[in-house]
Amino acid sequence: MTRKQKRLSVIGGGLLVLAVATALVLFALQQKIAFFRMPSDIQTSDIQSESRFRLGGLVEKGTVVRGNGTKVSFSVTDHIKSVPVTYDGILPDLFREDQGVVIEGRFMQGGAFVADSVLAKHDENYMPKEVADSLKAKGVWQGESKPQ
Amino acid sequence: MTVELGHFALVLALALSMVQAVLPVLGARRNDDRMMAVATPAAFTVFALIALSFAVLTSAYVLSDFSVQNVFENSHSQKPLLYKFTGVWGNHEGSMLLWVLILSFFSALVAFFGNNLPPALKANVLGVQAWIGTAFLLFIVATSNPFARINPAPIEGRDLNPILQDIGLAIHPPMLYLGYVGFSVCFSFAVAALIDGRIDAAWARWVRPWTLAAWLFLTGGIAMGSYWAYYELGWGGWWFWDPVENASFMPWLAGTALLHSALVMEKRSALKIWTILLAILTFSLSLLGTFLVRSGVLTSVHTFATDPGRGLFILAILVLFIGGSLALFAWRAQTLEPGGLFQPISREGALVFNNLFLTTAAATVLIGTLYPLLLESLTGEKISVGAPFFNLTFGPLMIPLLAAVPFGPLLAWKRGDILAVAQRLMLAFFIALLAVAVVLYQTSASGVLAAFGIGLAVWLMLGALTDLALKAGIGKTSVHVMLQRVVGLPRSAFGTTFAHFGLGVTLMGIVCTSTFATESVLVMKPGDTVAAGGYTLRFDRIDPVKASNYNEDQGRFTILNSAGREVTDLLSSKRYFPVRKMQTTEAGIKTFLFSQLYVSLGDPGKDGGVVVRVWWKPWVTLIWLGAVVMMVGGGLSLLDRRLRIGAPAKARTLKARVAA
Repeated sequence: MTRKQKRLSVIGGGLLVLAVATALVLFALQQKIAFFRMPSDIQTSDIQSESRFRLGGLVEKGTVVRGNGTKVSFSVTDHIKSVPVTYDGILPDLFREDQGVVIEGRFMQGGAFVADSVLAKHDENYMPKEVADSLKAKGVWQGESKPQ
Repeated sequence: MTVELGHFALVLALALSMVQAVLPVLGARRNDDRMMAVATPAAFTVFALIALSFAVLTSAYVLSDFSVQNVFENSHSQKPLLYKFTGVWGNHEGSMLLWVLILSFFSALVAFFGNNLPPALKANVLGVQAWIGTAFLLFIVATSNPFARINPAPIEGRDLNPILQDIGLAIHPPMLYLGYVGFSVCFSFAVAALIDGRIDAAWARWVRPWTLAAWLFLTGGIAMGSYWAYYELGWGGWWFWDPVENASFMPWLAGTALLHSALVMEKRSALKIWTILLAILTFSLSLLGTFLVRSGVLTSVHTFATDPGRGLFILAILVLFIGGSLALFAWRAQTLEPGGLFQPISREGALVFNNLFLTTAAATVLIGTLYPLLLESLTGEKISVGAPFFNLTFGPLMIPLLAAVPFGPLLAWKRGDILAVAQRLMLAFFIALLAVAVVLYQTSASGVLAAFGIGLAVWLMLGALTDLALKAGIGKTSVHVMLQRVVGLPRSAFGTTFAHFGLGVTLMGIVCTSTFATESVLVMKPGDTVAAGGYTLRFDRIDPVKASNYNEDQGRFTILNSAGREVTDLLSSKRYFPVRKMQTTEAGIKTFLFSQLYVSLGDPGKDGGVVVRVWWKPWVTLIWLGAVVMMVGGGLSLLDRRLRIGAPAKARTLKARVAA
């Protein structure tokens, strides 16, 4: 092979890998991401589509009900609307009433949100950032719940 | 008073860094020896000053001086002593101080070991190191002063985040930073070469050990962080594709590529310009990681609004260094002479293949990490990009790369014979196929992916061993001569073998845990049992225990073997930290060979039972053991005589003496 051919084969191989990677990334960005919603952002189309997304908000006071075994139900609210959630599993350590949570899951028929994971962020602040920002944007932010 | 001394030392270090940033570089341009000579003592002094300042902060922590805001916010008089030490970097300000401490440590090392470097190169490298140091010291002094006082001083501190009260905090951040910041030396060498317009194999011989050292620590730091998250968070997961994890993983991918391209440059003086670019990119990704983690931008761009100073400052540093170095590259790269030629099928070709896939993989991780941030700042739409995205993009890129790894070391430089290499790898290939068949037979169709994953892991491990066996001359000489040859092999040959073998071990752990782990979540009352991985777990009771700064509910379990005999007991608990009003889960973990039984405690149920989550994680420890093996490989390479300047001569005399 001449020098030019060698160079072309290397560049061609590189471009091929890049093209495959780009295609994968574009496909994954359409199919494999989850949108973030607050309770009052939820549209009827979200409920009907049954696609996965993340629901953020505060755990509404007095709604946490422990059922049989590991089942638990509670409502997530942004002080405007609230959404009933059911979950089967262990709640994270930082989960508690009036604190921020992010829940990943989907709506089932009938409007209940079935969670397959519940996150209470493991960083220094109790409030997940997305939740705090959205609460601020909606004007219902009640200040940082700083540890004493 | 002591605290002010620390602050003063920090400001002095900043001033001296500025001197070190300007004079040596000017001196190198004007060929002024006296100006260049400033670099070495300046680097030592800056390190000493920052070390002093760090020691002052540490003593404030150990003595629980709550008049220092940083100590007040992150410490408590009743906290165990170890966490008083590690708490120094368990917060924003302290961890930035650790960052610059390590940066100045590396500068001092370059100054110390760099006596046989060309003076202009050394001056430029130390100058560029000081540019980085100045920027970050300015950041600390201006926006994140760890020595700020509060008046009047509170009586008690707010305690350290309970999740951080763990031995992991003692090891993980320093190691990770040694890795992150270690790449600054490669960056400085690259920029110095661009300023100089000159680069040769000696440059690569200098850069490779630094890359290796940084890579070694980064590997350890990431593995340690992964294990820490695994046992501390109580979710049983070891990698979450969390942006913070990605932030450390991207420099690792680029650093691994750099390690391999520096090899080509050293041995064949090819890929010069690419290696320079990669050195710049690797440290840029380290800076990006620092920015993502330290600015609070991660889950939301709006964090700028709550803390505009810090985020914008680091962003400015980021833009300045990445943009500046890339601009310098675009301007000066032409002046570097192109290197040697090679056929596409050759060791060089294999290393290019490696670089291509590693950098592309790093790019997909970068997109997955930054896309949510960009989308949110552009459209306001919030999305999360998690494991499904990375499994689909990163995964497929790794498969051809891992499959090709055993070929690389066996191909000849310049022009390789792929068929001959394939012949030599035949045995490894057939055993790997056999492994695939066995797993398929055992698991039926459900385990197709697992079978191929395990086959790939076996292929990697045996491929690495094949390389070593061939170097020893297997089949050609007696066992005695072979052993002699193995002993005589350069340490870097073992380094390659260990590193590639470790990769196979890690892959094996990942595949086995991801596909064969079992999980059960159930409510248990005292006396209840549950089966997990051939063992039976019995819940005995819950004991309340009081420790110095927390209260604990200890769940006591007994593990029984298949014959019903007691093997060992297991402790899993929930801790409550009154100062921070926080609860943590301390998972109970027992290791059986490479597998682990992992028990975490949930909330009490209403009928007197407690929710328990039990995992059987087959071969999970291989994930981290593999990383340790990779580190051993890196360490062996680092100890190779050829990497020590001036050492080859010594080796030759030694060999001559042995021959005589």
